[in-house]
Amino acid sequence: MKRQVPIFLVFLCGLTMVIQFFVPHDYSDVLFQYANDFVIVIGILALPVGIYSLMKNTVNKAMRDPKERIFSALTILGFLVMIVAGLKREWFASSTSLSSNMFNYVLVPAQATLFSMLAFYIASAAYRAFRARTVLAAVLLVTAFVVMLRLIPLPEPVATWNAEFVRWILEVPNMAAKRAILIGVALGAITYSTKILLGIERAYMGTD
Amino acid sequence: MAERKSKAWYDRMLSVDRRWIYLIMGLAVVVPVIWEMYIPVTESSEVRDVYEFSDDVTDGEIVLLAIDYDPSTMAELHPMTEAILRQVWRNGGRVLLSSLSQFGPAMADEILTRIAGEMDVEYGVDYVFLGYKPYPAITILAMGADFRVPFPTDYYGNNVDELPMMEGVHNFDDVEGVIALASGTAADYWITYGNAKYGVPVALGVTGVMASDYYPYLQSGQLFGLIPGIKGAAEYEQMAGIRGEGARGIPYQTTSHAVILFFIVMTNVAFFARRAAQRRR
Repeated sequence: MKRQVPIFLVFLCGLTMVIQFFVPHDYSDVLFQYANDFVIVIGILALPVGIYSLMKNTVNKAMRDPKERIFSALTILGFLVMIVAGLKREWFASSTSLSSNMFNYVLVPAQATLFSMLAFYIASAAYRAFRARTVLAAVLLVTAFVVMLRLIPLPEPVATWNAEFVRWILEVPNMAAKRAILIGVALGAITYSTKILLGIERAYMGTD
Repeated sequence: MAERKSKAWYDRMLSVDRRWIYLIMGLAVVVPVIWEMYIPVTESSEVRDVYEFSDDVTDGEIVLLAIDYDPSTMAELHPMTEAILRQVWRNGGRVLLSSLSQFGPAMADEILTRIAGEMDVEYGVDYVFLGYKPYPAITILAMGADFRVPFPTDYYGNNVDELPMMEGVHNFDDVEGVIALASGTAADYWITYGNAKYGVPVALGVTGVMASDYYPYLQSGQLFGLIPGIKGAAEYEQMAGIRGEGARGIPYQTTSHAVILFFIVMTNVAFFARRAAQRRR
């Protein structure tokens, strides 16, 4: 019963949504809207679970390792400040609010800095790993070199030749590989979804 | 010391301390700060298609601009937002904005406040910002039914029905198309649900590393245009006659890529020199 009821519910909901997708009728739209609202409600109900999990892991980490305490305290502090700052719409939908200031002067620089560090890691990785050790590695190397060369100002007609060649790389070999992957992923997703609907795949229910 | 002297030049090059690499890269990024330069870019057809689409949004027509990126990709995608807003408003078009990224609204609000003030456009008449909603797929599907379903009020708490621009504007049938500026999976959702289910023309502005993933959709016609990374933003600005952050970002990208290319050449020269020396031995 513990397993059969969820499997039946998944089958029923899944099949209903599959049929709904292909039926262009007002009733179908109403059903779809109702299902969407249901997903949002479930998401909202799952939010406290996520918050509890975050707090529990943060506190546990701080208890285990004293060196982690400062980071755990910052996590909890940041969490609480942003909750308070966003409690009322006028508190966050104003460019001078605490929420906006935290966003513009803490989050934006922090994310931008972390992302820009990639330039250094990529440069180091390119130097250490981008070596033509085999024929396939050489092909990859030459392709990457040509594609990157497009970002460097080159004299004409080399710039035009390079641009055309890069376009060919993107539209022919790149696209062939991407299409193959996309079709493979799509077929895999259909197969996996069908297995879930039919109750063959049950990993989503956990092991208990 | 004796061991260092006995090391061949290629061995020293292949085992160079990574801090030298970081230093050279740091200098490459600093150079354009000291010497300001303008580097013209070669225009591509995928960016031109987006430019021409935006250029045709005139006389009160509406384009839906989706701000689906976060601050980590702001450097690449924010210039696109700015250029598109300027171009559409310059031609008398109107812009409906939404966000599927939780960090999108603050960035959208910042850019709207700044550019709307400069271009003398009015909120609720020339543009409306619907705000953010979670669950991208559900939000896009609901927008296809009616914008009021996921967004009964706008970002600022106004009832959408009370905004003059929204009169008679219900779903994707009432906009010319969607330009989604996305740094994550929202781009895929716009293709899968916006274009495939509702048939709304979709163009994407994405980061440089994401661009190659979307060329298949461009060829299949599921996307009518693509703006790839900061170079795409610079191309767009060049076409629109705007000197913005895209053009200003190109020198940084150029010097840093030149350094990476230099590293690739040097490491391979050293690698083949060592291999040749090993064969001779």
